[in-house]
Amino acid sequence: MLKLQNLTVSVGQKEIVSNFSFEFASGNTYVCMGPNGSGKSSLVYALAGHPLYQTAGTIILNSQNIADLAPEKRAQSGLFLSMQYPQEIPGVTLRILLYEAWAFLYPNKPKVILEERIATVAELLEFDESFLDRGVNEGLSGGERKRSEMFQLLVLQPSYVLLDEIDSGLDSDALKIVAKALVWFRQQVPHAMILLITHYGWLPQLLSVHEVLIIKQGILVAQGNVELMQQVQESGYDSYGQV
Amino acid sequence: MKNQKGLNREVVIKISEQKNEPGWMTDFRLKALDIFERKPMPSWGADLSELDHQDIYYYIKPVESAERLWSDVPETIKTTFDALGIIEAERTLLAGVGAQYESEMVYKNLKKEWADQGVIFSDIETALHTHPELVKKYFSTVIPAHDNKFAALNSAVWSGGSFVYVPAQVKITLPLQAYFRINQAQFGQFERTLIIAEPGAFVHYVEGCSAPVYRSNSLHSAVVEIIAHESSRVRYTTIQNWSSNVYNLVTKRALAKKNAVVEWVDGNFGSKVTMKYPSIILQGEGAQGQVISIAVAGKGQVQDTGAKIIHCAPHTRSHIIAKSISKEGGIATYRGLLKVLKGSHNAKARVQCDALLLDEQSRSDTYPTMQVIEEKVDVGHEASVGKVSQEQLFYLGTRGLSETVAQALIINGFIDVFVKELPMEYAVEINRLIAHEMEGSIG
Repeated sequence: MLKLQNLTVSVGQKEIVSNFSFEFASGNTYVCMGPNGSGKSSLVYALAGHPLYQTAGTIILNSQNIADLAPEKRAQSGLFLSMQYPQEIPGVTLRILLYEAWAFLYPNKPKVILEERIATVAELLEFDESFLDRGVNEGLSGGERKRSEMFQLLVLQPSYVLLDEIDSGLDSDALKIVAKALVWFRQQVPHAMILLITHYGWLPQLLSVHEVLIIKQGILVAQGNVELMQQVQESGYDSYGQV
Repeated sequence: MKNQKGLNREVVIKISEQKNEPGWMTDFRLKALDIFERKPMPSWGADLSELDHQDIYYYIKPVESAERLWSDVPETIKTTFDALGIIEAERTLLAGVGAQYESEMVYKNLKKEWADQGVIFSDIETALHTHPELVKKYFSTVIPAHDNKFAALNSAVWSGGSFVYVPAQVKITLPLQAYFRINQAQFGQFERTLIIAEPGAFVHYVEGCSAPVYRSNSLHSAVVEIIAHESSRVRYTTIQNWSSNVYNLVTKRALAKKNAVVEWVDGNFGSKVTMKYPSIILQGEGAQGQVISIAVAGKGQVQDTGAKIIHCAPHTRSHIIAKSISKEGGIATYRGLLKVLKGSHNAKARVQCDALLLDEQSRSDTYPTMQVIEEKVDVGHEASVGKVSQEQLFYLGTRGLSETVAQALIINGFIDVFVKELPMEYAVEINRLIAHEMEGSIG
């Protein structure tokens, strides 16, 4: 369970997310929507521990408050963030990144499991092996980066998954790969919590969505079932949260 | 001869006598001494004003140099040996406290194999006696004594270094390395290396290692000359990690004849001041040269390094890749010269220098000089200065990597293009060295 209590996120003097409280249950899939600049990305950055985002309130992960922990400690507790624009790490290959991450996340699991998983996922996502030996996101297009993010997700199999616009800026082929990856991940890791930040309904409809959250001006203004998602897609965010 | 500080004719004559040298070498040394004394200190580059030429031993008999005690070796160096996993027997040698090493026996067999093919591979003093005509023919032909003040100094007092001669069409597939890795530690600080590749030959020479080499004496000034005859290929790899009291002022130059290929792979760690610009003269048509270097400048260190390439013939090609890392106030300077002389039509040259700064106190400067006289050429230059970004560290953090590991990984990624050029065991060591160097230096 990931439980946020009165979470406020600010950058410098500016408050971006205010007084956010919500419980994300393990095994569930959530969709988070809202106008651009409403604080969706800031929320997940703060959850993952980005140093520029200061928080007040509590972030309970597996009954531990992680609000003051470094990003790697949160990741080691099972949190995974896929950013909208994943960083380039020139010269550090995806393979090396996976091996290093594995050593931190699963210090007691043998490397052979990692190797098997890499092989399985590579086949599933139609990943050429040579891709693994290129620098992480180095010179990659937006679509290739998202594919690389999915690759990492499927290999590392975290328990709390935050996906920031994983379906933005993709052509239909790349979108299909992302969808395939998430459907597979959902089957493989049924206990995982997935939070999808998105502007579109296509991807969520492939997964069974438990709850939809609408954020506007940093405030959780509405929550509901899949119908809420359809409503905002048809009529926009105007009727929500008159602040 | 009792070891004494300072330099004069008497010292030079004694060095020559000790080595039982032919007259021409003694004369060469004395002329070089005159040049050294007349030449002013370089007016450019790193600050050398604290270097006192009269406070240095110019010749130390090997026996006496081996008498240093393990307890005299600084703690920082011992911990680096630990981090690098340097084996016990090697440690004592690298620290200059030991004398013998068993693995020399292993290389005896290899040396016999090489010798059967006509390869000469020995220390240069030995070669001066066993192959006097060859040494005399090539010695100082690429780097004359008057080239610069420190080349003159080396010419006057040189001691130790290697002589490599590879006959025509002979290709030595194994890098000439471990043997010298061991012996390097015992070499003096004025070693002189001469490599000759006859037409069609190939040799990869590797010197140094990533473990810190401790010297109580503070000046290291080597000269390395390479002659690559037609269609030969010579690759020269250096990894040096001097203790932080050392002035490391080295002259390296290669002559590449028609269709020859020369590659300098040069890794500079440690020292107080390093000034080193491996050079290649592309003398023959179709000759190629490559310089790939990395310099790491830490606290109180100046790495003034770079490369020089001179295109003198048509269809010559060159590529310089220079990477530097500065941390804890270290200064890394790229200083390069690219010359394309008239008549070198269809020459192609690329210069790429990238600097990585690990904190606000550190510095990186770039002085790329280009003199292109020929018009029909293709010349390109790229430079970048970067930092290990918070965003990269965060990204790796979200994958569970600690900041120390993430930083080391990013740095290793930065120098990957260099590390890839190294023999495997050196590559492993460099990665460990970087990880060790970066401990506690996260801003």
